[in-house]
Amino acid sequence: MSGMSLIVKTVTRLTAAIIFLFGSYITLTGHFDLGGGFAGGIIIAVCYILYVLAYGKSEAEIETSKRGLVLIMCLGMVLFLALALMGLGTGYFFKNFLAKGMAGELWSAGIIPLCNLAIMLEVGAGLYLVFLNLITFNVNIREEEE
Amino acid sequence: MFLLYLLLLFILIGALIAVEIHNLLSSVIAVGTIGLGLCIIFLLLGAPDLAMTQLVVEILVLIILIRATLASSQPDTYKGREFLAYGSTLLFILVFGGFAFFVSKTLPPFGEPIMPLANRYILEGWQKTGATNLVAAVMLDFRSLDMLGAATVLFAAIVGTMVILRAKGRKEINERDELDC
Amino acid sequence: MTLYLTSFLLFLIGLYCVAVKKNLIKMIVGLVIMEYAVNLFLVSIGYRWGGRDPIVAPDIYNLTYVSPLPQALVVCTIIIGLATTIIAVAMAMRIYEKYGTFDITKIRKLKG
Repeated sequence: MSGMSLIVKTVTRLTAAIIFLFGSYITLTGHFDLGGGFAGGIIIAVCYILYVLAYGKSEAEIETSKRGLVLIMCLGMVLFLALALMGLGTGYFFKNFLAKGMAGELWSAGIIPLCNLAIMLEVGAGLYLVFLNLITFNVNIREEEE
Repeated sequence: MFLLYLLLLFILIGALIAVEIHNLLSSVIAVGTIGLGLCIIFLLLGAPDLAMTQLVVEILVLIILIRATLASSQPDTYKGREFLAYGSTLLFILVFGGFAFFVSKTLPPFGEPIMPLANRYILEGWQKTGATNLVAAVMLDFRSLDMLGAATVLFAAIVGTMVILRAKGRKEINERDELDC
Repeated sequence: MTLYLTSFLLFLIGLYCVAVKKNLIKMIVGLVIMEYAVNLFLVSIGYRWGGRDPIVAPDIYNLTYVSPLPQALVVCTIIIGLATTIIAVAMAMRIYEKYGTFDITKIRKLKG
C-alpha cells in the first residue's frame, strides 16, 4: 500500500513521537489525574496507525510486525493477571499489596499504576494488530464455480 | 443547560441522518458526529475521564468502519418495503415504551441520585487506595473484576479478528471447496 | 428528565436501524448508536446538581462530587462496545469476500 503526500509525511515525522509521549503520560498519571490504561493505550495505537497511513508498509514488514505485536499483547495480559494473583498469597484476589504513599504523587496508590501499564501494553498492541489485519485483508470476490 | 439541550438535539438529528441516508460513507461520518457530541455531553455531566476515553474510541471506530465501507463499492439500494420488519419494530417500540414509562416513575429525579454505595467510595476512596482519581480507584481497586472482564473481552475480540481475517493461499481455497461438496 | 428521554429515543432509532435496514454496514451503525444510548443513560443516572468532577484535591475535601460508580462501569462498557464493533466489522468483511455484496437479502445460500 502506498503512502500519502509530502506534507503528511513531514508532519507525521514531527508529531508521532509527541503523540507516543502523550499516550504514555496519560497512562502513567492515570491514578491521580485523568486517563488510565485504556485511553493511553488507544492513543499509542493511533500513533503507530498514523505512521502506517502516512508512509505505507510492505507486506513482509507487516508480517514480522504482527508476530512481535502478538507477543507484546499477550505479555500485557499476563502481567495484568500476575498482578492480580500476587495478592492472593496474603489476602484476596486483586489485593492492593504495594505501599499507598502520599496521594497526588507519581509513586502512589499501590498496584494501580502497574495495572495501567499492563492494560496500556495490551490495548495498544492489540488495536494496532487489528488495524494491520484489516488493511492486509485482500477483498477480492471469489468467482462462482460451476 | 442551554448548551446541553442544544447538544442533545444535535445528537438526535445526527442519528436520524445516520440511519436514513443512502450513501454508506456519509452514514459512517454521521455516527462519528454523534460520538463527538456525546463526548462534550460527558464533559458537561462532570465525567472528563469518560470524555477522553469516548473521544479516542470514537476515532478508532471511525477508522475501522471507513475501512469496511471503502472495501466495497455499493450504496444502500434496496427497493421495496417489508411490512413484517416494520410491524415487529413498531410492536416492540410500543411494548418497550410502555415498560419504560412505568420504570421512569421509579427512577430518582435527574440530579438527585440515591448513591448508597458511591457515598462510601467517595468518603474512603482516598484513604484506602491512595489514588486521587476516584474513577480510577473505583475501576481498578474496588471493582477490579469488571476491569479484568473488559480486558479479557477485548483480548478475545482481537484474537477472534485475527482468526477471522486469516489469509489463505489460492490453492488451499480450491482444494477446500472440492472436499466440501 | 430530557436526558433520559433522549437516550430512550436514541435507543429506539438504533433499534429501528438494526431491524429494518438491509445493509450490513447500516446494521453495524445501528448497533453503535444503541451502545451510545446506553452509555448516555448510565452516565446521566449518576449526575448531581452542582457536583464536581470526581478527582479529589487533597487540600479541599468537603465538596459534593458526581457519583463515580456509573462512570467506572461506563469506561468498561465503552471498551466492550469497541470489541463488539471490531468483531462485527471483521465478520462483515469476510461475508463481503465470500458473497460479493453487503445486502442481506442476497446472502441466503449457505454456500457461495
